[in-house]
Amino acid sequence: MTPDLILFILLAVVAVISALGMLLSKNAVYSALNLILNFCTVAVIYLVLGAPFIALAQITVYAGAIMVLFLFVIMLLGAERLNTGETLPWQQPLAVFSGIVLAALAVYTIFFRPGTFPEPSALATGFGSPESIGLKLFNEYLLPFEVVSILLLVAMVGVIVLTRRKTPKSSR
Amino acid sequence: MVPIQYLLGLSAVLFTIGAMGVLIRRNAIIIFMSIELMLNAGNLAFITYARSHQSMDGQIFVFFVMAVAAAEVAVGLGLIVAIFRSKKSIDVDQMNVLGG
Repeated sequence: MTPDLILFILLAVVAVISALGMLLSKNAVYSALNLILNFCTVAVIYLVLGAPFIALAQITVYAGAIMVLFLFVIMLLGAERLNTGETLPWQQPLAVFSGIVLAALAVYTIFFRPGTFPEPSALATGFGSPESIGLKLFNEYLLPFEVVSILLLVAMVGVIVLTRRKTPKSSR
Repeated sequence: MVPIQYLLGLSAVLFTIGAMGVLIRRNAIIIFMSIELMLNAGNLAFITYARSHQSMDGQIFVFFVMAVAAAEVAVGLGLIVAIFRSKKSIDVDQMNVLGG
């Protein structure tokens, strides 16, 4: 029972419980808060795995920007009051059964037919630091980087066009 | 470091919970949040393999996945807001105007 294993089990339990809380909560705001907890827990797991830049980017982008956007929209639409209508009666049991089958297949593949993994060794210094990410990003992955910047611009333009109200044309 | 199978198992469990969220819930925003959970589970698998193979390429890919996820969330929530304006509901069972 090394300290690494204890830490991982603690983080994994918190992550799974908060994910289940997001799934099963009737109030959309509680779901969003559970998901924020899940993201922060996964960010700590990234830190343990030697990815400090990605861990802090996860907290900043996912928990700090994306989930805040979700909370804005939830409050804007008043979605925390969930009104239940009639549902297909066979949908939920079938979904739960499919989820259990997927989880069982994944666990079987990972634990009983994994192939070979390299032996975990100590990390080189500077692994996962912003410097090494920057070197890779601007040398080998320069084209995807530029394309992603254009993608963000397109997304911004798209959102503004989608949510624009059609005003009646006034005579000028 | 923890054996890699445990981390991949955690990633698979989080992905399954996200997939069940998409299938079970009918609130469009909760479905969206489950999609983000699935993307996050994929990111965890990438970081795990990056650590195991001592390669930075996995972390660069996670960087791009996060950027694409942010753009997708912005557009998707804009769509949900636009739909809510006309239908006054975000229950996906009522989004059947295109159906026969």
